[in-house]
Amino acid sequence: MKPPPFSYHDPKTVAEVVGLLATLDNAKLLAGGQSLMPMLNFRYVQPDHIIDLNRVEGLAYIRETADGMEVGAMTRQRDLEFSDLVEKRFPLMHEAIGSIGHRQTRNRGTIGGSLCHLDPSAELVSCAMTLDATVVVAGPNGRREIEFADFPVAYLTSAVEPNELLTAIRFPAWPAKHGYAFVEFARRHGDFAIVSAAVLLEVDGAGKITRAAVTLGGMGTGPVRASELEKTLIGRAPSGDFLRQACESCRTLEALDDVHAPASYRQHLATVMSRRALEKAYARATGKA
Amino acid sequence: MNGGTFGKNVERLEDRDLLTGNGRFVDDIRFAGTRHAAFVRSPHAHALIRGIDAAAARAQPGVDAVYTFADLRPHLTTGRLVVALPTPAFRQNVDRPVLASREVVHVGEPVAVVIAASRHAAEDAAALVAVDYDALPAVVDAEAALAPGSPTVHHGGPHNLVAAFDLGFGDVAAAFAGAAHVFGEKFRIDRGGSHSIECRGVIASYDANEDRLTVYSSTQTPHACMRMLADLLGRDENQVRVAAPDVGGGFGPKLVFYQEEAVVALAALLLRRPVKWIEDRREHFISTTQERDQVWDAEIAVDAQGRIRGFRGTLIHEHGAYTARGVNVPYGSAAALTLGYEVPAFRLDIKLALTNKVPVTPVRGAGQPQGVFAIERMLDRAAHGLGIDRAELRRRNLVPADKMPYRTQLKTRGGMQVVLDSGDFPACQRMAIERAGWSEFKARQAAALRDGRYIGIGIANYVEGTGRGPFEPVTVRIAPSGKIHVYCGAAAMGQSTKTMLAQIVADELGGDMGALTVTTGDSAATALGLGGFNSRQAVLAGSSAHAAAVKVRDKALAVAGHMLECAAPDLEIAGREIRVKGAPNLKVGFAEIARATMGTPGYYLPGGVDAGMEASESVVINDMTYANGCAVAEVEVDIETGAVHISNFVFVHDCGRAIHPMIVEGQVIGAVAHAVGNTLFEKMQFGADGQPLTTSLADYLLIAATEMPTVDVLHHEAPTPLNPLGIKGVGEAGTLPTAAALVSAIEDALSPFGVRINHVPIAPAEIVAKIAAGRRQA
Amino acid sequence: MGETRKIAVTVNGKRYEEDVEVRVTLADFIRHQLGLTGTHLGCEHGVCGACTILFDGRSARSCLMLAVQANGHEILTVEGIAPGPDKLHPLQQAFHENHGLQCGFCTPGMLTTLIEFLRDNPDPTEQEVRIAISGNLCRCTGYQNIVISALDAAKRLKAEAGHQA
Repeated sequence: MKPPPFSYHDPKTVAEVVGLLATLDNAKLLAGGQSLMPMLNFRYVQPDHIIDLNRVEGLAYIRETADGMEVGAMTRQRDLEFSDLVEKRFPLMHEAIGSIGHRQTRNRGTIGGSLCHLDPSAELVSCAMTLDATVVVAGPNGRREIEFADFPVAYLTSAVEPNELLTAIRFPAWPAKHGYAFVEFARRHGDFAIVSAAVLLEVDGAGKITRAAVTLGGMGTGPVRASELEKTLIGRAPSGDFLRQACESCRTLEALDDVHAPASYRQHLATVMSRRALEKAYARATGKA
Repeated sequence: MNGGTFGKNVERLEDRDLLTGNGRFVDDIRFAGTRHAAFVRSPHAHALIRGIDAAAARAQPGVDAVYTFADLRPHLTTGRLVVALPTPAFRQNVDRPVLASREVVHVGEPVAVVIAASRHAAEDAAALVAVDYDALPAVVDAEAALAPGSPTVHHGGPHNLVAAFDLGFGDVAAAFAGAAHVFGEKFRIDRGGSHSIECRGVIASYDANEDRLTVYSSTQTPHACMRMLADLLGRDENQVRVAAPDVGGGFGPKLVFYQEEAVVALAALLLRRPVKWIEDRREHFISTTQERDQVWDAEIAVDAQGRIRGFRGTLIHEHGAYTARGVNVPYGSAAALTLGYEVPAFRLDIKLALTNKVPVTPVRGAGQPQGVFAIERMLDRAAHGLGIDRAELRRRNLVPADKMPYRTQLKTRGGMQVVLDSGDFPACQRMAIERAGWSEFKARQAAALRDGRYIGIGIANYVEGTGRGPFEPVTVRIAPSGKIHVYCGAAAMGQSTKTMLAQIVADELGGDMGALTVTTGDSAATALGLGGFNSRQAVLAGSSAHAAAVKVRDKALAVAGHMLECAAPDLEIAGREIRVKGAPNLKVGFAEIARATMGTPGYYLPGGVDAGMEASESVVINDMTYANGCAVAEVEVDIETGAVHISNFVFVHDCGRAIHPMIVEGQVIGAVAHAVGNTLFEKMQFGADGQPLTTSLADYLLIAATEMPTVDVLHHEAPTPLNPLGIKGVGEAGTLPTAAALVSAIEDALSPFGVRINHVPIAPAEIVAKIAAGRRQA
Repeated sequence: MGETRKIAVTVNGKRYEEDVEVRVTLADFIRHQLGLTGTHLGCEHGVCGACTILFDGRSARSCLMLAVQANGHEILTVEGIAPGPDKLHPLQQAFHENHGLQCGFCTPGMLTTLIEFLRDNPDPTEQEVRIAISGNLCRCTGYQNIVISALDAAKRLKAEAGHQA
């Protein structure tokens, strides 16, 4: 299982990357390598060119901004994992990162690579979806921004064009004391989630939900916001059987069959994971966790 | 004997090199000028080959050769690998061709080989070999394969029944006719692959000066490999040397002789350059043998007290596309089934079905876990049906200790009567259920249920035939250097063979483990050898090592006595010296006595001994020795996700005397891990066209440390009278009862829903479906 | 030979300057070009962990890196763990005394993973150890003695640190 032959490029600036993308045919960007290298070793992809992003300056950072944070695309997952800023202001992401693969994969894997690869069960993709992140992209015409709801285009295909490079992601923070939970079901520790649920809640003084974001990962071709469920939650103070009944709407979300699970099981798990995540998030929001 | 090494947790000889990165696995071996092989493999489960065009591949830079069957056949004495263990059960001969030429019958079957400057270049060129295939229908299910009108796995073949036989004793018809209760069930047991972390590999080098072909192969059977190569290549046995270097796990499939070994060896001869082939993980999924489906239709007949009157059934066993070993896997299932219990009548009709998949040969347990599964599940059914506690029902049926040795009515494949030589099965079960808190469990279960938690407990016993004979040669020699050299036909694959042999020899010869160097798995070091499988090496090689060491000990004392002018009983061996008891300054060293037996021209040998301070023994033991044990598993099932958590796992085992307790425990625990995988995680999946769907470790799930429970291992020791050391095999024990105990526990946890599990491995999705079905029926 | 690059990489404290084909993985480079065969290949798709090395002090799967990416960096392999030719690191000693290895093929990856883990987590619980090695597959031991070895190593390292303090 050896890679096929390719030409190797290691640009030092974003401008160089964009320049290479404009001139090279059948090129692939190499970030953390945790997704691309297995595909190269299996020869599932046979690029003529590999553009290595690991020496490009200025793409790895975590910066607090006025309304949240901005993360450079080449930021390693482990740096997000150990970031005080992330833990304090983006606890959803902090909780989710522990489920991403293993220590070895997080040491090399990057947030930009994970987002662009767009595996339907990728934890960072679900987080970005739930947080309504904005993706910044550099191309031949300069920079543009993509709202995360528009970022997934098809299975494993993002809105980043072949001649563009994802450079940064901006995350607006939720208010202090917001409710959060990331819950997933995987066959083994560190495996891709069969189904995951990412939840953010704002709850008022009377215990009523005023804002909700729920993303199901691992279901179909991409992460999906459970918008019907989100609407049902607004204005409610969940108790008794309410959440169980509300989460039943997740059973109708589109799901795929694969070697790990049939679609019907995924849909069943969606109702369970969303409910468990909501229970946890609500308990945290109301100080009971 | 008084060296103090037997039965102790001595330091392992293997560790230092392995811990410091100085192991020598087959891919670590280098010869100058080595070329690398990549195989062109069938992408179809079944197809005719119309033609092979290797011109483009041959023209690639760095390519030395591309070989097809047509290129190699003139240099081989035969075109097929005939390896089957003898049995009259075969209905068809389906031996593997060295390379496919007219037809391919499973995805992954090798069709051609590219030899090039690097593996990278070889893979590049292999992609350019154009094979013209005509796809044919593929047979993917063993039951369907035997149905009338099924397409044939081999084009032009008569049908897909490759072998059939039955095993039985007693009057089964009468037993069932007169029984108070009969319970029946159908099971499907899909065992998996071995997936040693090191895949296969072979490097071959021809030395023209010596006219000798040297082959290092990651194999469990170097002598068999040597003999096959000698036969295939038309060379004499002393012109071919096969040695197993450090082997990164074997677990069964590496005992098989493979096409790749023949092709790489021949390529080295033809090219007159060393050739290396290292299997990658994707190849391991599609070309290394594995175990797969068994379909059981079983019935148990019991009296009103739950005592077994009879057991009968049919077994359809999936054989794969070729014969790469024999019928031993289903034979082992049948043979293991009744052993733990007093079963007056038994009959199992077995059919082996061809399918268009990789051949099936033993994986750790070698069919025995499936036989244990069948009877243990039926005992649970009977217990449930009669309202008798599952452990109590078993206690009523276990062969009692006072009946040992217990002559069963079974025979082994070689025709030897199966006699359970020793063991206290009821005591082992007692130990297990006490340790696991069996009698208190019902109360705990009820309390958990009130909390909305579903916990269950399960039990299974096993008896395992170990120490497959007839022998394993060992030579023990005290060298003129004063070190003790041990040579053995056995093959090591991680089970501490070298340490085991050293302990046994050191125990007779001074107790200094540092004095020993042990050579295993080398066809040049011992003329004969069988290798590692069937949990046999401690028993067979250990017995030979002991016998040889005792002979050398006697010789050493005789020579030392002559030199020190005293009688043998007045001497003791300590470290590398032999000294007079009570007068430690009167001594001779190993080096001296070794030299004394080298012979001086014209002089008598000292002490009346014959030449050389050495002895070679091949102790013949035909009867297998039977190990036994009991597993009790406790699980908690998350009924919303179907996830199974193993909260407790007790494993009582009896392997006779333990040579090295820590190593023994390590073998038990390691085997349990395979079985946990086979019960809950590992499943080879195939499409309707025979395409394997799980061909990476991301899809085929080997358990990691987070999925493995802590195993509470308890020992019971019933030494066997069949060898002087009293030892039994233990390498596979952990696989035998584990699936049965786990399934018993899961069903117990889910009994509020009436869940029945008759297909393993079982995934969470299936558990959720069964709970839902159980709820609907309620 | 395809396209090549010159690289300079420090492995186990020793500097190497080599020409390397750009498509060769770091694992193959370490094993075959540098001759350090202690790092093993078990899957070449990033699941088994046998190829784990420390890259600038952080564990990484060397089968998922290109050798050219190592230019200017520092690598620790299993061969660099022992403090001297006839000594064993406390982690290696713990594996030896607790039967933490059988065939030894997964062991180098386990050791490098645990070197990093115990450095960053000197006082782990059993569950933390199991999670730490969840990316390293073993088919021989069932992990139990590896976990015991890691916990024993943690004790030894703490005692060593205590003596040096």
